[in-house]
Amino acid sequence: MSIPIADHIRDIPKSGIRDFFEIVQSMQDVISLGIGEPDFVTPWHIREAAIYSLEKGRTGYTSNLGLPRLRRSISDYVGKITGVRYEPLSEVLVSVGVSEAIDTALRAILNPGDEVLYHEPCYVSYSPSVALAHGVARGIRTRAEDGFKLLPAALDAAVGPRTKAVLLNFPTNPTGATLTRPEAEALAEVCLRRNLVLLTDEIYSELTYDDMPHFSPVSVPGMKDRTVFLHGMSKAYAMTGFRVGYACGPAPLIEAMMKIHQYSILCASTTSQDAAIEALERGDASVRRMKREYELRRNFISAALSDMGLPCGTPRGAFYAFADIRLTGLTSTEFSHRFLREKSVAVVPGCAFGPSGEGFVRCSFATGLDQITVAMTRMAEFVKSVRAT
Amino acid sequence: MENLIALLQHNPLMPRADLACLLAMSEEDVNARIAQLEKEGVILGYQTVINREVWNPDTVTAVIEVKVTPERDGGFDRIASRISKFDEVQSCYLMSGGYDLLVLVEADNLRQVAAFVSEKLSTIEAVVSTATRFRLKTYKENGAFHHFETTAERLAVSP
Repeated sequence: MSIPIADHIRDIPKSGIRDFFEIVQSMQDVISLGIGEPDFVTPWHIREAAIYSLEKGRTGYTSNLGLPRLRRSISDYVGKITGVRYEPLSEVLVSVGVSEAIDTALRAILNPGDEVLYHEPCYVSYSPSVALAHGVARGIRTRAEDGFKLLPAALDAAVGPRTKAVLLNFPTNPTGATLTRPEAEALAEVCLRRNLVLLTDEIYSELTYDDMPHFSPVSVPGMKDRTVFLHGMSKAYAMTGFRVGYACGPAPLIEAMMKIHQYSILCASTTSQDAAIEALERGDASVRRMKREYELRRNFISAALSDMGLPCGTPRGAFYAFADIRLTGLTSTEFSHRFLREKSVAVVPGCAFGPSGEGFVRCSFATGLDQITVAMTRMAEFVKSVRAT
Repeated sequence: MENLIALLQHNPLMPRADLACLLAMSEEDVNARIAQLEKEGVILGYQTVINREVWNPDTVTAVIEVKVTPERDGGFDRIASRISKFDEVQSCYLMSGGYDLLVLVEADNLRQVAAFVSEKLSTIEAVVSTATRFRLKTYKENGAFHHFETTAERLAVSP
């Protein structure tokens, strides 16, 4: 017999990135602008803290919620960036990356058939995560003309009788969209008025440019009680492989999430949690240096894309330029595959991030400037040759 | 300004047009800012970092700790300035702790350093004592090899 697969798993479509990844893997000497993680190695002082942790023999389980000291560091840090105070012992859960925290939060709040709204193009896991939790994911299209921001009216209009929550991700992967304070306040107002739970994935919040401060919707008065604040170490501290994220929320929700987390994960890696303490308590200077590097590359890549007629709206957050390729007449998949074949440069087709990503490709600038420079030269040649035919 | 200085510190040879592109400024503005930084003495000069293990590896570098009797007018300044003027002296710092001046000296061989210490440095009236130590190997110089480490061990495409 063949082992039957559960319906809701079978129905989840295969990731749009996976096929493309296989092709890139099979090729030699590809310059990849398709990578969604920092090209920096984790700063040395953080790695050293992990080594020290191992040297001290700290190799056992931690509390399910995470090391108390890490939770205090998280509480202090989140308090500093959002102005919202979370009780370290009951309102903070340390997870294995933000992805686990999203999954756990969704499983904790959704009954089968409950709807979750999200804005797309977006990170690839949102819709599947909702489906895994037996919920119904409903994407709200955003547009380049609006800077890929979620408009309050669009959110309001999408709310239906079964809508329970909305999942926001600003700064956004793949578009680099950010929210100003009034824009975040307006979205929070819709959540309050329409009684929505807010899950806010702010993994890129340290990486905003042009001296624009990040403003979290959880900072809006009244939002803390209905918000799951999701963040982690991966992007700002270049710690993707450490797999440390966290969720902050009202104590009863954290308690519910803990039930899932303790039976499925038990706890995040102890070594990684020790490294995360070092990052949160002493990592600001490293973050500033990496951010400066990203901002310079962003300036370069935005100018280069705009020069070749593919505007990307100068992203103000994250490390992605979402280039508008519509004038080439190619779909995003055709563009990415042909560009890869003809010029050995990988960019991710926008449609992998949702239907409204069609007509765009994601170019990550979490890659060295020398590589980006070569990639942009080749892209300009490619665009010219496509337009000439 | 901070970004411009960081870029120049890392690579003063970067073409001005590239600097302009990275900083999202015009080339004229970049030139004007650099001229201003030079005029204000923020930028003192541009140097080439030489790998001492490869180029002239026989050159010796000594770190000399110098105890000095400060003067009533001017403290350590006049004496430090006097020591700094010797060609052998690469750097000279006033330090807290067990001695006063830290002097970095470069010379062709040990004998030259010894001559400098015994004939020049020690004979200065205000110098009370010296302690000389020689560099054996360089692991890091002026942070030059400590830009960011990057990794190639990443998935070729990731979400």
